[in-house]
Amino acid sequence: MTALDVLLAGALPVLAWRALATDDLHEAVVFFIALGLVAALAWARLDAPDIALVEAAVGAGVTGSLFVTTLRARGLRPPASPAPRRARIALAVLTIASALGIGAALAALPAEPPGLGELVRASLPETGVQHTVTAVLLNVRGYDTLLEMAVLVAAVLAVLARAPSPSARPAARPAAPDDDPARPLIAVLARLLVPGIILVAGYLLWRGAFAPGGAFQAAAVLAGGGILAILAGRRAPDPHARAVRRGLVFGPGAFVLIAAVPLIAGRHVLEYPEGWAKVLIVAVEVALTFSIALTLVLFFPASGEKGT
Amino acid sequence: MTPLLYASSGVAVFAIALYRIFTAGDVLRKIIAANLLGGGVFLILVAIARRPAAGIDPVPHALVLTGIVVSVSATACALALARRLEGTTLDDGDDGDDGSDDTEVAGRGP
Amino acid sequence: MSLLDLASAALLLAGAAFFLAGTVGLLRFPDVYARLHALTKADNLGLGFTVAGLALEVGDVAVALKLGITWALVLVSSSISCQLVARTAMNAGVRPWRRP
Repeated sequence: MTALDVLLAGALPVLAWRALATDDLHEAVVFFIALGLVAALAWARLDAPDIALVEAAVGAGVTGSLFVTTLRARGLRPPASPAPRRARIALAVLTIASALGIGAALAALPAEPPGLGELVRASLPETGVQHTVTAVLLNVRGYDTLLEMAVLVAAVLAVLARAPSPSARPAARPAAPDDDPARPLIAVLARLLVPGIILVAGYLLWRGAFAPGGAFQAAAVLAGGGILAILAGRRAPDPHARAVRRGLVFGPGAFVLIAAVPLIAGRHVLEYPEGWAKVLIVAVEVALTFSIALTLVLFFPASGEKGT
Repeated sequence: MTPLLYASSGVAVFAIALYRIFTAGDVLRKIIAANLLGGGVFLILVAIARRPAAGIDPVPHALVLTGIVVSVSATACALALARRLEGTTLDDGDDGDDGSDDTEVAGRGP
Repeated sequence: MSLLDLASAALLLAGAAFFLAGTVGLLRFPDVYARLHALTKADNLGLGFTVAGLALEVGDVAVALKLGITWALVLVSSSISCQLVARTAMNAGVRPWRRP
Protein backbone atom coordinates (compact mmCIF):
# COMPACT_ATOMS: atom_id res chain seq x y z
CA MET A 1 0.00 0.00 0.00
CA THR A 2 1.42 3.32 -1.03
CA ALA A 3 0.44 6.93 -0.53
CA LEU A 4 -0.95 6.88 -4.07
CA ASP A 5 -3.35 4.07 -3.18
CA VAL A 6 -4.54 5.94 -0.09
CA LEU A 7 -5.03 9.09 -2.17
CA LEU A 8 -6.96 7.30 -4.94
CA ALA A 9 -9.10 5.21 -2.60
CA GLY A 10 -9.84 8.29 -0.51
CA ALA A 11 -10.64 10.49 -3.51
CA LEU A 12 -13.32 8.16 -4.90
CA PRO A 13 -15.92 8.56 -2.10
CA VAL A 14 -15.18 12.32 -1.91
CA LEU A 15 -15.81 12.71 -5.65
CA ALA A 16 -18.93 10.54 -5.37
CA TRP A 17 -20.24 12.78 -2.60
CA ARG A 18 -19.44 15.97 -4.51
CA ALA A 19 -21.15 14.58 -7.63
CA LEU A 20 -24.31 13.67 -5.75
CA ALA A 21 -24.59 16.38 -3.10
CA THR A 22 -24.38 19.47 -5.30
CA ASP A 23 -27.49 21.25 -6.55
CA ASP A 24 -25.79 22.26 -9.78
CA LEU A 25 -26.32 19.53 -12.37
CA HIS A 26 -23.34 20.65 -14.47
CA GLU A 27 -21.11 20.34 -11.44
CA ALA A 28 -22.57 16.90 -10.72
CA VAL A 29 -21.71 15.68 -14.22
CA VAL A 30 -18.17 17.13 -14.07
CA PHE A 31 -17.51 15.36 -10.77
CA PHE A 32 -18.98 12.17 -12.21
CA ILE A 33 -16.53 12.28 -15.13
CA ALA A 34 -13.64 13.07 -12.77
CA LEU A 35 -14.63 10.08 -10.68
CA GLY A 36 -14.55 7.86 -13.76
CA LEU A 37 -11.00 8.97 -14.58
CA VAL A 38 -9.77 8.48 -10.99
CA ALA A 39 -11.47 5.07 -11.00
CA ALA A 40 -9.50 4.19 -14.16
CA LEU A 41 -6.29 4.87 -12.19
CA ALA A 42 -7.62 2.73 -9.34
CA TRP A 43 -8.22 -0.16 -11.77
CA ALA A 44 -4.64 0.15 -12.97
CA ARG A 45 -3.43 0.02 -9.35
CA LEU A 46 -5.57 -3.10 -8.79
CA ASP A 47 -3.83 -4.86 -11.73
CA ALA A 48 -6.95 -4.64 -13.89
CA PRO A 49 -5.71 -2.94 -17.08
CA ASP A 50 -8.60 -4.36 -19.12
CA ILE A 51 -11.10 -2.60 -16.87
CA ALA A 52 -9.03 0.59 -16.73
CA LEU A 53 -9.23 0.89 -20.52
CA VAL A 54 -12.98 0.36 -20.66
CA GLU A 55 -13.61 2.62 -17.68
CA ALA A 56 -11.68 5.54 -19.16
CA ALA A 57 -13.35 5.21 -22.56
CA VAL A 58 -16.88 4.13 -21.60
CA GLY A 59 -17.34 4.83 -17.89
CA ALA A 60 -15.98 8.37 -18.08
CA GLY A 61 -16.03 9.14 -21.82
CA VAL A 62 -19.21 7.77 -23.36
CA THR A 63 -21.35 7.93 -20.20
CA GLY A 64 -20.05 11.43 -19.46
CA SER A 65 -20.89 12.68 -22.94
CA LEU A 66 -24.38 11.14 -22.64
CA PHE A 67 -24.93 13.15 -19.46
CA VAL A 68 -23.55 16.34 -21.00
CA THR A 69 -25.83 16.00 -24.04
CA THR A 70 -28.84 15.44 -21.81
CA LEU A 71 -27.88 18.54 -19.81
CA ARG A 72 -27.88 20.55 -23.02
CA ALA A 73 -31.41 19.43 -23.76
CA ARG A 74 -33.82 22.23 -23.15
CA GLY A 75 -36.49 21.83 -20.55
CA LEU A 76 -34.79 19.58 -18.05
CA ARG A 77 -36.45 20.11 -14.72
CA PRO A 78 -34.33 21.76 -12.03
CA PRO A 79 -33.75 19.76 -8.83
CA ALA A 80 -36.89 19.43 -6.77
CA SER A 81 -36.99 20.10 -3.06
CA PRO A 82 -35.08 17.51 -1.00
CA ALA A 83 -36.74 14.68 0.89
CA PRO A 84 -38.18 15.54 4.33
CA ARG A 85 -35.71 15.64 7.17
CA ARG A 86 -37.08 12.64 9.03
CA ALA A 87 -36.94 10.47 5.91
CA ARG A 88 -33.37 11.58 5.26
CA ILE A 89 -32.25 10.64 8.77
CA ALA A 90 -33.93 7.23 8.53
CA LEU A 91 -32.31 6.64 5.14
CA ALA A 92 -28.91 7.72 6.43
CA VAL A 93 -29.17 5.24 9.30
CA LEU A 94 -30.23 2.45 6.94
CA THR A 95 -27.43 3.25 4.49
CA ILE A 96 -24.75 3.31 7.17
CA ALA A 97 -26.08 0.03 8.56
CA SER A 98 -25.91 -1.63 5.14
CA ALA A 99 -22.41 -0.25 4.54
CA LEU A 100 -21.28 -1.66 7.87
CA GLY A 101 -22.92 -4.97 6.95
CA ILE A 102 -21.01 -5.16 3.65
CA GLY A 103 -17.82 -4.15 5.46
CA ALA A 104 -18.32 -6.94 8.01
CA ALA A 105 -18.94 -9.43 5.22
CA LEU A 106 -15.71 -8.32 3.51
CA ALA A 107 -13.76 -8.65 6.75
CA ALA A 108 -15.18 -12.14 7.24
CA LEU A 109 -13.88 -13.38 3.88
CA PRO A 110 -11.22 -16.09 4.14
CA ALA A 111 -7.73 -14.61 4.26
CA GLU A 112 -6.53 -16.87 1.46
CA PRO A 113 -9.44 -17.03 -0.95
CA PRO A 114 -9.08 -19.76 -3.55
CA GLY A 115 -10.88 -17.81 -6.29
CA LEU A 116 -11.36 -19.25 -9.73
CA GLY A 117 -8.01 -18.03 -11.06
CA GLU A 118 -6.27 -21.41 -10.71
CA LEU A 119 -9.06 -23.15 -12.57
CA VAL A 120 -8.95 -20.65 -15.44
CA ARG A 121 -5.15 -20.74 -15.69
CA ALA A 122 -5.18 -24.55 -15.69
CA SER A 123 -7.58 -24.71 -18.62
CA LEU A 124 -6.03 -21.77 -20.48
CA PRO A 125 -4.22 -23.99 -23.07
CA GLU A 126 -7.60 -25.41 -24.17
CA THR A 127 -9.31 -22.04 -24.58
CA GLY A 128 -7.43 -20.98 -27.70
CA VAL A 129 -6.22 -17.65 -26.27
CA GLN A 130 -3.41 -16.72 -23.91
CA HIS A 131 -5.05 -13.92 -21.94
CA THR A 132 -7.15 -15.10 -19.01
CA VAL A 133 -9.76 -12.32 -19.11
CA THR A 134 -10.41 -12.90 -22.83
CA ALA A 135 -10.57 -16.64 -22.16
CA VAL A 136 -13.23 -16.09 -19.49
CA LEU A 137 -15.21 -13.64 -21.62
CA LEU A 138 -15.33 -15.61 -24.86
CA ASN A 139 -14.77 -19.21 -23.93
CA VAL A 140 -15.20 -20.21 -20.30
CA ARG A 141 -18.13 -17.87 -19.67
CA GLY A 142 -19.08 -17.13 -23.27
CA TYR A 143 -22.68 -17.59 -22.27
CA ASP A 144 -22.58 -14.43 -20.12
CA THR A 145 -21.10 -12.41 -22.95
CA LEU A 146 -23.77 -13.70 -25.34
CA LEU A 147 -26.51 -12.60 -22.95
CA GLU A 148 -24.77 -9.26 -22.45
CA MET A 149 -25.03 -8.68 -26.19
CA ALA A 150 -28.76 -9.33 -25.86
CA VAL A 151 -28.90 -6.63 -23.18
CA LEU A 152 -27.09 -4.20 -25.51
CA VAL A 153 -29.49 -4.91 -28.36
CA ALA A 154 -32.49 -4.43 -26.06
CA ALA A 155 -31.07 -1.15 -24.73
CA VAL A 156 -30.32 0.29 -28.16
CA LEU A 157 -33.82 -0.63 -29.33
CA ALA A 158 -35.27 1.22 -26.35
CA VAL A 159 -33.13 4.29 -27.02
CA LEU A 160 -33.88 4.27 -30.75
CA ALA A 161 -37.61 4.11 -30.05
CA ARG A 162 -37.22 7.81 -29.28
CA ALA A 163 -35.17 8.67 -32.34
CA PRO A 164 -36.93 11.04 -34.71
CA SER A 165 -38.68 9.15 -37.50
CA PRO A 166 -37.48 9.85 -41.04
CA SER A 167 -40.56 11.94 -41.84
CA ALA A 168 -40.39 14.00 -38.65
CA ARG A 169 -36.73 14.80 -39.03
CA PRO A 170 -36.00 18.42 -39.82
CA ALA A 171 -35.65 18.41 -43.57
CA ALA A 172 -32.63 20.56 -44.28
CA ARG A 173 -30.42 20.48 -41.28
CA PRO A 174 -26.94 19.65 -42.42
CA ALA A 175 -24.22 20.35 -39.91
CA ALA A 176 -24.22 24.10 -40.33
CA PRO A 177 -20.68 25.03 -39.37
CA ASP A 178 -21.55 28.43 -37.98
CA ASP A 179 -24.36 27.53 -35.58
CA ASP A 180 -21.92 26.26 -32.98
CA PRO A 181 -18.68 28.19 -32.47
CA ALA A 182 -17.02 25.14 -30.91
CA ARG A 183 -17.47 22.94 -33.96
CA PRO A 184 -14.43 23.97 -36.06
CA LEU A 185 -12.15 23.37 -33.09
CA ILE A 186 -13.61 19.95 -32.40
CA ALA A 187 -13.24 19.24 -36.11
CA VAL A 188 -9.51 19.91 -35.82
CA LEU A 189 -9.31 17.59 -32.82
CA ALA A 190 -11.27 14.90 -34.67
CA ARG A 191 -9.02 15.16 -37.73
CA LEU A 192 -5.95 14.76 -35.52
CA LEU A 193 -7.25 12.01 -33.27
CA VAL A 194 -9.72 9.82 -35.15
CA PRO A 195 -7.11 8.06 -37.36
CA GLY A 196 -5.07 7.31 -34.24
CA ILE A 197 -8.17 6.10 -32.42
CA ILE A 198 -8.98 3.65 -35.22
CA LEU A 199 -5.38 2.39 -35.14
CA VAL A 200 -5.49 1.95 -31.34
CA ALA A 201 -8.81 0.11 -31.55
CA GLY A 202 -7.40 -2.32 -34.10
CA TYR A 203 -4.31 -2.83 -31.98
CA LEU A 204 -6.37 -3.50 -28.84
CA LEU A 205 -8.53 -6.00 -30.72
CA TRP A 206 -5.51 -7.89 -32.02
CA ARG A 207 -3.77 -7.80 -28.65
CA GLY A 208 -6.75 -9.20 -26.73
CA ALA A 209 -5.80 -12.78 -27.59
CA PHE A 210 -2.65 -12.68 -25.50
CA ALA A 211 -2.60 -9.50 -23.38
CA PRO A 212 -5.00 -6.96 -21.86
CA GLY A 213 -7.27 -5.76 -24.65
CA GLY A 214 -10.04 -7.28 -26.72
CA ALA A 215 -13.44 -6.60 -28.22
CA PHE A 216 -14.86 -4.46 -25.43
CA GLN A 217 -11.82 -2.25 -25.10
CA ALA A 218 -11.51 -1.81 -28.85
CA ALA A 219 -15.21 -1.02 -29.20
CA ALA A 220 -15.07 1.47 -26.34
CA VAL A 221 -12.18 3.36 -27.93
CA LEU A 222 -13.78 3.21 -31.38
CA ALA A 223 -17.09 4.55 -30.03
CA GLY A 224 -15.21 7.45 -28.42
CA GLY A 225 -13.80 8.30 -31.85
CA GLY A 226 -17.26 8.04 -33.40
CA ILE A 227 -18.79 10.42 -30.86
CA LEU A 228 -15.91 12.86 -31.41
CA ALA A 229 -16.60 12.77 -35.15
CA ILE A 230 -20.31 13.46 -34.56
CA LEU A 231 -19.48 16.38 -32.29
CA ALA A 232 -17.21 17.68 -35.06
CA GLY A 233 -20.22 17.82 -37.37
CA ARG A 234 -20.18 14.43 -39.08
CA ARG A 235 -23.63 13.00 -39.67
CA ALA A 236 -24.58 10.47 -37.00
CA PRO A 237 -25.46 7.00 -38.31
CA ASP A 238 -29.12 7.00 -39.25
CA PRO A 239 -30.90 4.32 -37.18
CA HIS A 240 -33.46 3.96 -39.96
CA ALA A 241 -30.86 3.05 -42.55
CA ARG A 242 -30.85 -0.63 -43.38
CA ALA A 243 -27.05 -0.85 -43.23
CA VAL A 244 -26.98 0.58 -39.70
CA ARG A 245 -29.63 -1.86 -38.51
CA ARG A 246 -27.75 -4.78 -40.04
CA GLY A 247 -24.56 -3.51 -38.42
CA LEU A 248 -26.25 -3.52 -35.02
CA VAL A 249 -27.25 -7.18 -35.21
CA PHE A 250 -24.12 -8.31 -37.08
CA GLY A 251 -22.06 -8.96 -33.93
CA PRO A 252 -24.75 -10.60 -31.79
CA GLY A 253 -25.97 -12.52 -34.85
CA ALA A 254 -22.52 -13.88 -35.64
CA PHE A 255 -22.06 -14.85 -32.00
CA VAL A 256 -25.43 -16.67 -31.87
CA LEU A 257 -24.61 -18.48 -35.10
CA ILE A 258 -21.19 -19.63 -33.88
CA ALA A 259 -22.73 -20.59 -30.54
CA ALA A 260 -25.55 -22.60 -32.12
CA VAL A 261 -23.73 -24.45 -34.92
CA PRO A 262 -22.25 -27.13 -32.56
CA LEU A 263 -25.83 -28.17 -31.75
CA ILE A 264 -26.16 -29.62 -35.27
CA ALA A 265 -23.22 -31.91 -34.58
CA GLY A 266 -24.85 -33.01 -31.33
CA ARG A 267 -22.54 -30.95 -29.16
CA HIS A 268 -23.21 -28.23 -26.60
CA VAL A 269 -24.06 -24.59 -27.20
CA LEU A 270 -20.91 -22.44 -27.45
CA GLU A 271 -18.64 -25.47 -27.72
CA TYR A 272 -15.79 -24.61 -30.05
CA PRO A 273 -14.61 -27.58 -32.16
CA GLU A 274 -11.11 -28.81 -31.40
CA GLY A 275 -8.44 -26.59 -32.91
CA TRP A 276 -10.96 -23.96 -34.01
CA ALA A 277 -11.26 -22.05 -30.75
CA LYS A 278 -8.79 -19.30 -31.60
CA VAL A 279 -10.16 -18.64 -35.10
CA LEU A 280 -13.75 -18.57 -33.89
CA ILE A 281 -12.97 -16.37 -30.89
CA VAL A 282 -11.18 -13.84 -33.08
CA ALA A 283 -14.07 -13.90 -35.59
CA VAL A 284 -16.59 -13.30 -32.81
CA GLU A 285 -14.44 -10.52 -31.37
CA VAL A 286 -14.14 -8.67 -34.68
CA ALA A 287 -17.90 -8.87 -35.22
CA LEU A 288 -18.62 -7.82 -31.62
CA THR A 289 -16.21 -4.86 -31.74
CA PHE A 290 -18.02 -3.48 -34.75
CA SER A 291 -21.52 -3.88 -33.31
CA ILE A 292 -20.68 -2.73 -29.77
CA ALA A 293 -19.04 0.44 -31.11
CA LEU A 294 -22.06 1.15 -33.34
CA THR A 295 -24.41 0.53 -30.39
CA LEU A 296 -22.49 2.92 -28.15
CA VAL A 297 -22.50 5.62 -30.85
CA LEU A 298 -26.26 5.19 -31.35
CA PHE A 299 -26.82 5.68 -27.62
CA PHE A 300 -25.75 9.23 -28.29
CA PRO A 301 -29.05 11.08 -28.60
CA ALA A 302 -29.83 12.25 -32.10
CA SER A 303 -30.15 15.97 -32.53
CA GLY A 304 -33.68 16.82 -33.47
CA GLU A 305 -35.04 14.48 -30.83
CA LYS A 306 -38.25 16.03 -29.58
CA GLY A 307 -40.35 15.78 -26.50
CA THR A 308 -44.08 15.50 -26.84
CA MET B 1 -3.86 -4.57 2.59
CA THR B 2 -4.25 -2.63 -0.68
CA PRO B 3 -7.27 -4.67 -1.82
CA LEU B 4 -9.01 -4.01 1.49
CA LEU B 5 -8.35 -0.28 1.13
CA TYR B 6 -10.01 -0.15 -2.29
CA ALA B 7 -12.82 -2.42 -1.12
CA SER B 8 -13.61 -0.01 1.73
CA SER B 9 -13.51 2.84 -0.77
CA GLY B 10 -16.00 0.87 -2.88
CA VAL B 11 -18.28 0.36 0.12
CA ALA B 12 -18.18 4.11 0.84
CA VAL B 13 -19.05 4.99 -2.78
CA PHE B 14 -21.84 2.41 -2.69
CA ALA B 15 -23.28 3.82 0.56
CA ILE B 16 -23.18 7.43 -0.66
CA ALA B 17 -24.87 6.47 -3.92
CA LEU B 18 -27.49 4.37 -2.11
CA TYR B 19 -28.37 7.31 0.13
CA ARG B 20 -28.57 9.80 -2.73
CA ILE B 21 -30.58 7.56 -5.05
CA PHE B 22 -33.42 7.85 -2.53
CA THR B 23 -32.95 11.46 -1.45
CA ALA B 24 -32.01 13.23 -4.71
CA GLY B 25 -34.89 15.30 -5.97
CA ASP B 26 -34.25 15.09 -9.71
CA VAL B 27 -34.05 12.21 -12.09
CA LEU B 28 -30.62 13.09 -13.54
CA ARG B 29 -28.88 12.79 -10.20
CA LYS B 30 -30.76 9.59 -9.49
CA ILE B 31 -29.25 8.18 -12.71
CA ILE B 32 -25.77 9.36 -11.69
CA ALA B 33 -26.35 7.72 -8.30
CA ALA B 34 -27.36 4.45 -9.97
CA ASN B 35 -24.14 4.58 -11.99
CA LEU B 36 -22.03 5.15 -8.89
CA LEU B 37 -23.90 2.39 -7.08
CA GLY B 38 -22.63 0.03 -9.75
CA GLY B 39 -19.18 1.62 -9.58
CA GLY B 40 -18.94 0.84 -5.86
CA VAL B 41 -19.85 -2.79 -6.50
CA PHE B 42 -17.25 -3.05 -9.29
CA LEU B 43 -14.59 -1.68 -6.98
CA ILE B 44 -15.42 -4.24 -4.28
CA LEU B 45 -15.42 -7.10 -6.82
CA VAL B 46 -12.08 -6.22 -8.39
CA ALA B 47 -10.50 -5.58 -4.99
CA ILE B 48 -11.55 -9.08 -3.91
CA ALA B 49 -10.18 -10.52 -7.17
CA ARG B 50 -6.78 -9.04 -6.28
CA ARG B 51 -6.46 -10.99 -3.03
CA PRO B 52 -5.41 -14.56 -3.95
CA ALA B 53 -1.66 -14.93 -3.51
CA ALA B 54 -1.47 -17.31 -6.48
CA GLY B 55 -2.48 -14.55 -8.89
CA ILE B 56 -5.40 -12.42 -9.92
CA ASP B 57 -8.79 -14.03 -10.34
CA PRO B 58 -9.84 -13.14 -13.91
CA VAL B 59 -13.52 -14.08 -13.48
CA PRO B 60 -14.54 -10.94 -11.55
CA HIS B 61 -12.53 -8.91 -14.06
CA ALA B 62 -14.60 -10.30 -16.91
CA LEU B 63 -17.75 -9.69 -14.87
CA VAL B 64 -16.87 -6.05 -14.24
CA LEU B 65 -15.86 -5.53 -17.87
CA THR B 66 -19.29 -6.66 -19.07
CA GLY B 67 -20.83 -4.81 -16.13
CA ILE B 68 -19.44 -1.46 -17.25
CA VAL B 69 -20.83 -1.93 -20.76
CA VAL B 70 -24.21 -3.02 -19.39
CA SER B 71 -24.21 -0.02 -17.08
CA VAL B 72 -23.64 2.41 -19.97
CA SER B 73 -26.53 0.73 -21.81
CA ALA B 74 -28.77 1.11 -18.78
CA THR B 75 -27.69 4.75 -18.44
CA ALA B 76 -28.42 5.51 -22.10
CA CYS B 77 -31.82 3.88 -21.71
CA ALA B 78 -32.57 5.75 -18.49
CA LEU B 79 -31.49 9.09 -19.98
CA ALA B 80 -33.68 8.52 -23.05
CA LEU B 81 -36.60 7.81 -20.73
CA ALA B 82 -35.75 10.85 -18.60
CA ARG B 83 -35.70 13.13 -21.63
CA ARG B 84 -39.06 11.70 -22.66
CA LEU B 85 -40.44 12.07 -19.14
CA GLU B 86 -39.39 15.68 -18.84
CA GLY B 87 -40.44 16.53 -22.37
CA THR B 88 -37.10 18.01 -23.36
CA THR B 89 -36.18 19.19 -26.81
CA LEU B 90 -32.75 18.45 -28.14
CA ASP B 91 -31.17 20.38 -30.93
CA ASP B 92 -27.87 21.77 -32.03
CA GLY B 93 -28.00 24.95 -30.04
CA ASP B 94 -30.34 27.71 -29.05
CA ASP B 95 -30.88 28.99 -32.54
CA GLY B 96 -34.64 28.76 -32.10
CA ASP B 97 -35.50 27.96 -35.69
CA ASP B 98 -37.28 24.74 -35.09
CA GLY B 99 -40.95 25.50 -34.89
CA SER B 100 -43.17 26.75 -32.17
CA ASP B 101 -43.89 23.57 -30.25
CA ASP B 102 -40.88 23.78 -27.98
CA THR B 103 -42.27 26.84 -26.27
CA GLU B 104 -45.16 24.74 -25.03
CA VAL B 105 -43.08 21.84 -23.79
CA ALA B 106 -44.23 20.66 -20.41
CA GLY B 107 -42.00 20.74 -17.40
CA ARG B 108 -39.62 23.45 -18.50
CA GLY B 109 -37.55 25.23 -15.95
CA PRO B 110 -38.27 28.80 -14.92
CA MET C 1 23.75 7.15 -8.67
CA SER C 2 24.74 7.66 -12.25
CA LEU C 3 24.67 10.87 -14.22
CA LEU C 4 21.55 9.59 -15.99
CA ASP C 5 19.74 9.12 -12.68
CA LEU C 6 20.70 12.62 -11.63
CA ALA C 7 19.46 14.13 -14.88
CA SER C 8 16.22 12.16 -14.63
CA ALA C 9 15.68 13.23 -11.02
CA ALA C 10 16.31 16.86 -11.92
CA LEU C 11 13.78 16.67 -14.78
CA LEU C 12 11.18 15.02 -12.56
CA LEU C 13 11.67 17.67 -9.89
CA ALA C 14 11.32 20.42 -12.49
CA GLY C 15 8.12 18.74 -13.69
CA ALA C 16 6.74 18.59 -10.17
CA ALA C 17 7.58 22.27 -9.64
CA PHE C 18 5.62 23.26 -12.77
CA PHE C 19 2.66 21.12 -11.71
CA LEU C 20 2.74 22.76 -8.29
CA ALA C 21 2.83 26.23 -9.86
CA GLY C 22 -0.03 25.29 -12.20
CA THR C 23 -2.12 24.00 -9.32
CA VAL C 24 -1.50 27.08 -7.20
CA GLY C 25 -2.53 29.19 -10.20
CA LEU C 26 -5.66 27.11 -10.71
CA LEU C 27 -6.66 27.68 -7.10
CA ARG C 28 -5.63 31.33 -6.76
CA PHE C 29 -6.15 33.07 -10.11
CA PRO C 30 -9.15 35.39 -10.32
CA ASP C 31 -11.01 34.30 -13.45
CA VAL C 32 -11.54 31.41 -15.81
CA TYR C 33 -9.12 32.71 -18.46
CA ALA C 34 -6.23 33.12 -16.04
CA ARG C 35 -6.95 29.73 -14.52
CA LEU C 36 -6.91 28.16 -17.99
CA HIS C 37 -3.57 29.81 -18.61
CA ALA C 38 -2.15 28.30 -15.41
CA LEU C 39 -3.65 24.92 -16.11
CA THR C 40 -2.60 24.44 -19.72
CA LYS C 41 0.75 26.21 -19.87
CA ALA C 42 2.29 25.16 -16.58
CA ASP C 43 0.85 21.64 -16.51
CA ASN C 44 1.79 20.83 -20.09
CA LEU C 45 5.34 21.92 -19.44
CA GLY C 46 5.32 19.97 -16.17
CA LEU C 47 4.12 16.87 -17.99
CA GLY C 48 6.83 17.40 -20.62
CA PHE C 49 9.54 17.46 -17.95
CA THR C 50 8.02 14.43 -16.21
CA VAL C 51 7.86 12.48 -19.47
CA ALA C 52 11.46 13.41 -20.29
CA GLY C 53 12.59 12.36 -16.82
CA LEU C 54 10.81 9.03 -17.09
CA ALA C 55 12.02 8.42 -20.66
CA LEU C 56 15.64 8.66 -19.45
CA GLU C 57 14.97 5.90 -16.91
CA VAL C 58 12.97 3.33 -18.89
CA GLY C 59 15.95 2.21 -20.98
CA ASP C 60 13.74 1.13 -23.87
CA VAL C 61 13.27 3.24 -26.97
CA ALA C 62 9.76 1.89 -27.65
CA VAL C 63 8.51 2.76 -24.17
CA ALA C 64 10.19 6.16 -24.29
CA LEU C 65 8.45 6.82 -27.62
CA LYS C 66 5.10 5.82 -26.12
CA LEU C 67 5.69 8.31 -23.31
CA GLY C 68 6.44 10.99 -25.90
CA ILE C 69 3.22 10.17 -27.79
CA THR C 70 1.31 10.47 -24.51
CA TRP C 71 2.68 13.96 -24.07
CA ALA C 72 1.84 14.95 -27.64
CA LEU C 73 -1.74 13.68 -27.26
CA VAL C 74 -2.20 15.57 -24.01
CA LEU C 75 -0.84 18.72 -25.66
CA VAL C 76 -3.33 18.44 -28.53
CA SER C 77 -6.36 17.71 -26.37
CA SER C 78 -5.55 20.20 -23.64
CA SER C 79 -4.89 23.07 -26.04
CA ILE C 80 -8.19 22.43 -27.82
CA SER C 81 -10.23 21.93 -24.65
CA CYS C 82 -8.67 25.14 -23.29
CA GLN C 83 -9.87 27.00 -26.39
CA LEU C 84 -13.32 25.43 -26.05
CA VAL C 85 -13.69 26.45 -22.40
CA ALA C 86 -12.45 29.98 -23.12
CA ARG C 87 -14.77 30.44 -26.13
CA THR C 88 -17.75 29.11 -24.19
CA ALA C 89 -16.97 31.51 -21.35
CA MET C 90 -16.61 34.40 -23.83
CA ASN C 91 -19.93 33.53 -25.48
CA ALA C 92 -21.59 33.28 -22.09
CA GLY C 93 -20.42 36.81 -21.42
CA VAL C 94 -17.75 36.15 -18.79
CA ARG C 95 -15.63 39.31 -18.70
CA PRO C 96 -11.85 38.92 -18.32
CA TRP C 97 -10.66 40.08 -14.92
CA ARG C 98 -9.01 43.50 -14.64
CA ARG C 99 -7.05 44.86 -11.76
CA PRO C 100 -9.60 46.84 -9.73
